[in-house]
Amino acid sequence: MGTKATASRRTFIKTAGATAVGALAAPYVKTAYSAGKLKLGLWDHWVPGANEALEQILTRWGEDNGVEVTIDFITSIGNKLLLTAQAESRAGSGHDIYSHAFAMVPLFKHRLVAVDDVVEDILSSQGPIAEISRFSAYLDGAWRGSPSPTGTLSYPTVARRDLFLEHAGIDLTELFPASDSRDPAKIEGWDWEAFLQAAAGLHAAGRSFGAPLATTPDGSAWLAHLFASYGAAMVDEQGEVVVNSDAVREVLEYLIRIAEFMPNSVYAWDDASNNRWIISGEGGAIFNPPSAWAVAKRDNPDVAKHIWHFDVPRGPAGRFRAFTSFFWGIWDFSENQSAARDLLRYVAEPEVVTQMLRASQGFDLPMIRSHYNHSQVWAEAEPPAGVLYNYAMLGDERTVFAGYPAPPEIGARIATQQILPTLAALVTQGGETINDAIGWAENELEGVLRG
Amino acid sequence: MLPPLLRRKPAVAVLMCVPLFGLILGLVAYPFFHALFLATLNKAETAFVGLDNFSFLFGRQTFWMVVRQSLLFALVAVVFKALIGLAAAHAINTIPTKGQRKWRGMMLIPWVIPPALSTLGWWWLFEPTYSAINWGLTKLAVPAVPWLSDTFWARFSIILVNVWVGAPFFLIMYLAALKSIPGELYEAAEMDGAGPWQKFFYITLPMIRNIIAITTLFSIIVTLANFDIVRVLTQGGPLNTTHLFATYAFRVGIESGDIPLGAAVSLFMFPMLAILAFIILRNVRRRAASLA
Repeated sequence: MGTKATASRRTFIKTAGATAVGALAAPYVKTAYSAGKLKLGLWDHWVPGANEALEQILTRWGEDNGVEVTIDFITSIGNKLLLTAQAESRAGSGHDIYSHAFAMVPLFKHRLVAVDDVVEDILSSQGPIAEISRFSAYLDGAWRGSPSPTGTLSYPTVARRDLFLEHAGIDLTELFPASDSRDPAKIEGWDWEAFLQAAAGLHAAGRSFGAPLATTPDGSAWLAHLFASYGAAMVDEQGEVVVNSDAVREVLEYLIRIAEFMPNSVYAWDDASNNRWIISGEGGAIFNPPSAWAVAKRDNPDVAKHIWHFDVPRGPAGRFRAFTSFFWGIWDFSENQSAARDLLRYVAEPEVVTQMLRASQGFDLPMIRSHYNHSQVWAEAEPPAGVLYNYAMLGDERTVFAGYPAPPEIGARIATQQILPTLAALVTQGGETINDAIGWAENELEGVLRG
Repeated sequence: MLPPLLRRKPAVAVLMCVPLFGLILGLVAYPFFHALFLATLNKAETAFVGLDNFSFLFGRQTFWMVVRQSLLFALVAVVFKALIGLAAAHAINTIPTKGQRKWRGMMLIPWVIPPALSTLGWWWLFEPTYSAINWGLTKLAVPAVPWLSDTFWARFSIILVNVWVGAPFFLIMYLAALKSIPGELYEAAEMDGAGPWQKFFYITLPMIRNIIAITTLFSIIVTLANFDIVRVLTQGGPLNTTHLFATYAFRVGIESGDIPLGAAVSLFMFPMLAILAFIILRNVRRRAASLA
């Protein structure tokens, strides 16, 4: 739905005057000093109220800067965010600023203007950005997107602490406390084998672990951190197909074992299915951002009060957490790139990010680490107290996404073609041997790599 | 007074056809030739590669699986739509004319609801974890069916929904054809002692053969090009085993940003359909000529 924030003439004159005075007084010079228009195509947030908060922030900015801001919130359901981007990029018209999730920046880099000046300013004043975020938006020596104030998220383990204690013998609140007193030595033992044992216990109790083994972004996400933690890749940094490896075989063998403890329906799950799985009370664990908990809080408080978010299990190559970065990019056909750059700078300011963190109830996880320090949202979230404390990555987890460490354009296609979930399903459901499944993946990857 | 040119009938006829030509050029010819053009470009759409995209597709396992699935989907769905449509048309045709309208209206409902919307309703019935049908089955102590998560059942589900949506089209076409058969033929056959099956095989079927052929051709084209049912119900899963040409072209072309390869996938069915259309329409013409 489109919303409009139009500055009145009086407001505009006031703002222009104030801006002129400010420009003389302050070293920071706004470039959006005159009336103009900006059309924004923004990701439609899952969390109720987050869109409204963002709209207010942008409206205020528009009024302060004499810019007429129009916002369209575009859902990612059914890939509409991607489809609209495809349509706009091919038509050469549409919004000025557009939300790009991880894989979209590499796909549309040819139509996104470089925003090095903006991002370098942001990073120099606010500190480093998540490894995987830089990887996906710093392309061919230029930033093609700037950090979005909303949408960036990660996929921690989300589990029922009561069920874990009863059926797996693990006290999650002790292992991952809602304080700085976590014990790295204990957490070292939280690996995929420990997770498998827990999944077996939950399954035996009729409260299985569930994660999509279907062609859906959540399916690619949790498999991305599983594969990365075994050092298993589809394509390496040089763009060579490396799927035929011992590491990939090891992951597939693991998947065969853990699939025994998952519901059969995971092969047809979409991004909402794992949420429903835990919200309903049937599921014991999933990998997901806090949206499932946020909805459970409203729809099934008895379940919500037992949910705990914590680190992803470790594998032989380390501990990784799937991370989806959201960027705002400026289309090369935008007619008001000056105002757009100003807005990108503004929405990356800590106050804006903090406001949006509150509005999203901690669903968003900023890609700039220093933004963590400006919010207590995860520490304060409840029930239960501390439920989101470990959503902010506090331990040894590294960020990753499907396709990593392949070059971004190739990685993006590995993600959008959902090669990981299909490969996993081939061995766990399709009855293919591991070698046959790897052969299939090699064949698919030829398509991904073709020029 | 009209100018001399407009007083000539052929000129007026051509002039009146201009909007139609415009529509055909804009909505049929241009997209088709643009798709052909796209299919001859490299992935970055910067260089002409001839038929390379097609030869590349021929080496893809998934593509050949999509070809087999599309043919299976279209053949099974069209056969069932034709059979159900024929049976329903016969049933309605036997109802006295006065009561036929409401039955015709009711039977057409699946066809007139936007498929994306009705398929969403079906998705709720088949939902992988909380299927309404499975809820009913378990109440009756019948094991739950993996409607969308198992290859066989997922294919069954998309065919079922396609048949549900498409059978009314056959029904209405067959009903119209049945009504055009002169009653005298049946009366004469009855006087000669023909039974219901004989009347069906020796009068009804020959009289509606052309309609059956054209309806089948039209339905095969539409069914092979189906997109919305698979997109809403399975998104091509599980294991890509329900992808059709259109959904696979969408996955490769739009979602993965390889538009030329997506165009090649979608154009692959064009020669097959062209040959099929040529054969069926030639037979229809021949039969029409022999009847005349």
